[in-house]
Amino acid sequence: MSDSPLDQKTAQAKETLDAHVRESVEWHFNPETGCDYWLNKAKTLDFDPRKDIQCFEDVKKFPLFEDEDLRGGPLDRWVPKGLAGKPTYVFETGGTTGIPKSRVVIEDHWIDYENFSETLPDEHFPRGANWLMLGPSGPRRLRLAVEHLAQHRGGICFCVDLDPRWVVKLLKKGKTEEAKAYAAHVIDQAVTILRANHNVQCMFATPKLLEALALRLMDDGGSIEDAGIKGIFAGGTEFTPQWYRFCKEELLGENVFITPTYGNTLMGLACGKPFDIADEYKITYFAPQPRAVIEVVQFDDYNKVVEVGETGRVKLYTFTKELFIPGFMERDEGEREPAIDVYPWHGISGTRPFHELLTTTTVGVY
Amino acid sequence: MLEIPVIRWGKEYQSMGKTAVVHFETGETLAQVNEANGGLIKMDMRKAKKAREVLRQFSIQELVDKVAAAGELFENATLPLGNGEQSPDDFCRIQSATTGLPEHMCKFNMTKNAFVMKNMGDILDALTRGLPYDILSNGYGQEGRGVMVSYQANCNASGWVLPSNSPGVHTLWLPVIPLQIGLVMKPGKSEPWTPYRIYEAMAQAGIPREAFCLYPGAGDSGAELGGAVLESCERSVIFGGQATVEKYEGNPRISAHGPGFSKIILGDDVVDDWEKYLDLMVDSVYLNSGRSCISCSGIWASRHTEEIADAMAQRLGPIVPLPMSDPNAGLAAFTMAGAAKAMNGQIDGGCDSGAVTEVTAKYRDGDRFIEQERCDFLRPTVLHVSDPDDAMANTEFMFPFCSVVECPQDQMIRKIGYTLVGTCLTKDENFSRQLLDATNIDRLNIGEVKTLQLNWLQPHEGNIIDFLYRARAFQNSPPPAH
Repeated sequence: MSDSPLDQKTAQAKETLDAHVRESVEWHFNPETGCDYWLNKAKTLDFDPRKDIQCFEDVKKFPLFEDEDLRGGPLDRWVPKGLAGKPTYVFETGGTTGIPKSRVVIEDHWIDYENFSETLPDEHFPRGANWLMLGPSGPRRLRLAVEHLAQHRGGICFCVDLDPRWVVKLLKKGKTEEAKAYAAHVIDQAVTILRANHNVQCMFATPKLLEALALRLMDDGGSIEDAGIKGIFAGGTEFTPQWYRFCKEELLGENVFITPTYGNTLMGLACGKPFDIADEYKITYFAPQPRAVIEVVQFDDYNKVVEVGETGRVKLYTFTKELFIPGFMERDEGEREPAIDVYPWHGISGTRPFHELLTTTTVGVY
Repeated sequence: MLEIPVIRWGKEYQSMGKTAVVHFETGETLAQVNEANGGLIKMDMRKAKKAREVLRQFSIQELVDKVAAAGELFENATLPLGNGEQSPDDFCRIQSATTGLPEHMCKFNMTKNAFVMKNMGDILDALTRGLPYDILSNGYGQEGRGVMVSYQANCNASGWVLPSNSPGVHTLWLPVIPLQIGLVMKPGKSEPWTPYRIYEAMAQAGIPREAFCLYPGAGDSGAELGGAVLESCERSVIFGGQATVEKYEGNPRISAHGPGFSKIILGDDVVDDWEKYLDLMVDSVYLNSGRSCISCSGIWASRHTEEIADAMAQRLGPIVPLPMSDPNAGLAAFTMAGAAKAMNGQIDGGCDSGAVTEVTAKYRDGDRFIEQERCDFLRPTVLHVSDPDDAMANTEFMFPFCSVVECPQDQMIRKIGYTLVGTCLTKDENFSRQLLDATNIDRLNIGEVKTLQLNWLQPHEGNIIDFLYRARAFQNSPPPAH
């Protein structure tokens, strides 16, 4: 192995991760500080996490985390005793039918987005400017997280009403016209905010909604730039290289900055590699290590990462004070990417729905 | 490697997303197509008006002449395709290699498309019922009988979400350009060949490229692109299954073309002479490998049905798959994994009914379903169905398949359900009148016409003129006193 500056940074990042994992395991499996779920789970394991988990690789001794365990109550089982009594949020995923998966959060969404804030260039996301959150509302982490991001940067966040569960129901019933009408209703709300002199300069949007908003503004003779927007971050597997290029070249114009993000309620937010024309719009994400880790693993062995450039399924880990996830198989796949200077650990590109689940997943409903 | 660009109002666009078009037998990548994204299509459709404007710089007659010239080029010239070029033979070979249709059938469909292009003047004359072209171009005018008429285009560009099963389907969109309306196509995932070749032929013949958009794609991306075409074109046509038809039923902007359930009906007055019509029945089921919506999938008669089924089975049962380049190849391959197996299962399930007998089995040396490494085949199948209400009495599969259904004549029209092409063999005036009045039959043939023998001077699944234009009132002077 060479000893380049990047290699040194990568080695340092690994040490940091290993130390963070030890600290996290000690916290979550200590009867004084851990939550009931993990303390009970430890009794079923054939190893002692506090003794046997000494580095990140050791985490693979845990069985895969089953997100089905997140369904239903009592939610107290997820709250670490060391944080008991603090004001607690609950965020949900899924839930179009049946009981949704729930995650309790105390401050993680604030911390994640404050960290993410450090990656946003001030010239495109001016501090003090107001924000528009054009994404799902209701019991979603994203809505409060973006609002906190805006407040953290000195602004106010304007939101819209958007119930993705209703959209999924419409689409499953084949009611595409009604789904379109609902999307138009969401865009109406966004346009109203942008035209109300609120000094909105920054946005979060899903790709579909951003596209619909930009086209609506064009239909009315304006544009995203004319509406005062300078910076946008968007996320999801629909943020493809082609869509990225389309945004930069046609939808937004050269004066509006857009950056991709990738994440979910369990992990938090992975940042995109800073735009470089040499990448030909390839989108590469890096997890917010050491709080979370993304691995690209073999389809037939979820404990083995693929080589750089090879394709595999996305495996997520979370190691915060509030949540311990020792390996969760995300519903996406992609290619493993090498470390870079600003993120000296492996990343992932080409994220898209996991091919084996394609027929059962409704993506990009809003 | 052949690389095929997106065409955006005549301009080539290289996308960041590409998908392979592969040889169905070898898996070899024969071409890479560039895939656009849905938003890009919506953005392009904002400029659709220019397509119509550029076409209106020519008269309809001039465009008809150019389309005829394009027909000649399409059939005989070596034309550019993406970063390469393609001779007519190359075209047939690659189309066969990606769709599984035998090469001689590709050639046949090519000739059919060329014929329509070369005869566009007659076709438009028939479809417009002799309307002077300038009435369409100007929006209004006087017909010969001195009556003011007005036709208004419903759209600046029409969208076509195309299938891959049979290249003959492309005849349907050929009138769009001479009607001075822009053409937006989402080709089928394994059949970009015909749309691109006709586009190039039309451009070489002098039709402005700015009138065309082509957005190839497959899988989820293809679905997104097709959806964007339907959403952003004011008039669109989509080809799909029964679910697609039901999804867009009642939507005036979208015409959904689904299964044809085309049939041959033998009247009581002729059914005793059924042997006389055996060739007609076999050809209607078998030609083009039974892949078309105009292929016959049901033969209905009140008697002799077992004999008819047996005679059909003797002719069709022994047919086996042959290499695609064999001029005698009669069976197309199923290139979509699992499709043939699923159909085979449906047919087997249907045969569990006491009313259904598979007649071909005894004339076939082997199974109906032939599984190969990268494709599958289904060998011709004839069922006898003694109950017209049985599920197998009215079904359709994309291979030479036919149910011979026993049904009293006085119940036939009601029981046959939707029928795209109904060839009715009868000289009974009373029955003929009932058939003429039957609204569940789209194209009606009374006489000895194979279901696949379309006369291009007749409308197909609605008149495209009525879809793209609407007749409306127009006055430039007060009406006579009344």
